[in-house]
Amino acid sequence: MSSHTDEVTHGSGRANRKAFSLGRFARTHGPQLGILAVFFGLWIIFIISAPTTFLKPQIYNAFMSTVPFFAIMAIPLTMLVIAGEMDLSFPSIMAMGMVAFLLTYGATPGITSASLRVVLAFMAALLAGTAIGWLNGFIIVKFGIPSLVATIGTQFFWRGAVLVLSQGKSGTLSYVKESFLHSALVGKIGGSFPTQMIWLVVIAILGWILLNRHKFGAHIYLIGDNANSAELMGVNTKRVRVQAFMLIGLLSAFAGVIASFHVVYFWPSLGEGHLLSTLASVFLGGTSVFGGTGTILGTFIGAFIIGAIEAATVAVGLTGFWTELIYGLIIVLSVIMHAYLRKRVE
Amino acid sequence: MDYRLELRNVSKSFGEVQALENISFGLGRNEIVGLLGDNGAGKSTLIKIITGYHPPSSGEILFNGQKVDHLTVPKARQLGVETVYQERALAELQTLWRNIFLGREITNRWGFLDVAKMRDETYRLMNQSMGFTSLAVNPESRVRNFSGGEKQGVAIVRALYFDAEIIILDEPTMGLSLKETARLITFVRDIKRAGKSAIFIDHNVVHVYNASDRIVVIDRGRIAGEFLTKDISLDALMEKMIRVAETGSLD
Repeated sequence: MSSHTDEVTHGSGRANRKAFSLGRFARTHGPQLGILAVFFGLWIIFIISAPTTFLKPQIYNAFMSTVPFFAIMAIPLTMLVIAGEMDLSFPSIMAMGMVAFLLTYGATPGITSASLRVVLAFMAALLAGTAIGWLNGFIIVKFGIPSLVATIGTQFFWRGAVLVLSQGKSGTLSYVKESFLHSALVGKIGGSFPTQMIWLVVIAILGWILLNRHKFGAHIYLIGDNANSAELMGVNTKRVRVQAFMLIGLLSAFAGVIASFHVVYFWPSLGEGHLLSTLASVFLGGTSVFGGTGTILGTFIGAFIIGAIEAATVAVGLTGFWTELIYGLIIVLSVIMHAYLRKRVE
Repeated sequence: MDYRLELRNVSKSFGEVQALENISFGLGRNEIVGLLGDNGAGKSTLIKIITGYHPPSSGEILFNGQKVDHLTVPKARQLGVETVYQERALAELQTLWRNIFLGREITNRWGFLDVAKMRDETYRLMNQSMGFTSLAVNPESRVRNFSGGEKQGVAIVRALYFDAEIIILDEPTMGLSLKETARLITFVRDIKRAGKSAIFIDHNVVHVYNASDRIVVIDRGRIAGEFLTKDISLDALMEKMIRVAETGSLD
């Protein structure tokens, strides 16, 4: 191609992109606009009904402190669901990562630097999470088992492994406080801003890049949309799916470490409360359970809605008994909204 | 003869079912071969072996006289095979540009997508090759909303874009309007003019006859016979096809 035609091509391409229309923007970003509307709508309701709580920064620091524990897992879970897969075992992976952490820490008393021991233990946790994710993926693609079923199984298996290996004992992690890793993962910047929020934002941005600007993400969308087409066109669907399971394994172990560091304590039941809030974040964010569509931004906002509901119900003067009812209501209404938007958009 | 692609004694079975039996088949340089056969004769299986989607149970595959072992879809594409599948192999919830570059995204060496380039190329292809002038169709359009002909256009343009040497068209006229079908036949002739080879599969004997140099008839997993279109009239071919369907033999 001569440089002249090149220029013409680029010119027309740019002209094409310039033809911006509000309708098209709304169509392409419908689900994200929808969840943003829900988010701001709820926020305004919260502020009006409990101004003393929602106009002070403390409540937001509290959200940013606790939401990342499950939102960090909701990012890779979004990718998995877009690919048409499911993982129910990530709460157990959180705990298994911490078991790997404890075992590694316990096995290295010869190392005098406590910081180094903690770093090694941290690496072991991430490695264990990735390996368990790989095993999930391997079982699913090798034997062709639906991931929903396979991960129900592995969820029990790894929770069982946690209980066996820890003998069901919980324990303090006070030694990690001496390590720089503690402040790097869950410290407070300026005395109040939780570091885990920065990790969440970094992971969300990297997740967005991976999903939207990398071949891996392109293949995730294609597999969830039409796995047969993807295979016919030469996409290695098995490898990509295994990689997606490895990614959620890695980040679940990471979330397990920061959740444990946050309370400086290890519970063998670590992660059990996070299954539904993580899943809800993904679906609230507009990711389709049928695969092929979904966004990181939607999940990110979904996680904060989930995180805010509990605090909000109490702050507006309702008893804690109302929390789950309102949870359920907002999730069902949002999912209906997404289904409606999807129909309108496509 | 100097074949662009050759199959030697290729068989394929799926469990108990023998889909193809001892198929030997050659595709010459700059030749259009029409593949005819009834439903379930084994046409699609044969195609999927050539494209690397199914490994053959036995037999050899040769490209330019070189034997190729363990053919995979990416390997076949590297060897210049592009396919317009019967099922079109599109991802309908995704945008047009993602479909054009499906499985062959333009990336840097770290695997990051060059989205601007793919969008621009898609825009250029749409105007030059697909003849999409409608404003509703742009690189960001979702393929789901396209008409049958437009979807087929996407599948064809995709095959052409990647400099294919061998283009396989599997039931390309399915679901097309008369006008779209006429355009497709012209397109097959353009492949010939461009010096490339093609395998053209269709139910419609007339379409295949009009576009091909040679016709291979497949019946119940075997090659029942082959003819050069210049040596046989359309009527005679039709008669033979009916006879094959009824008796399993051409004569």
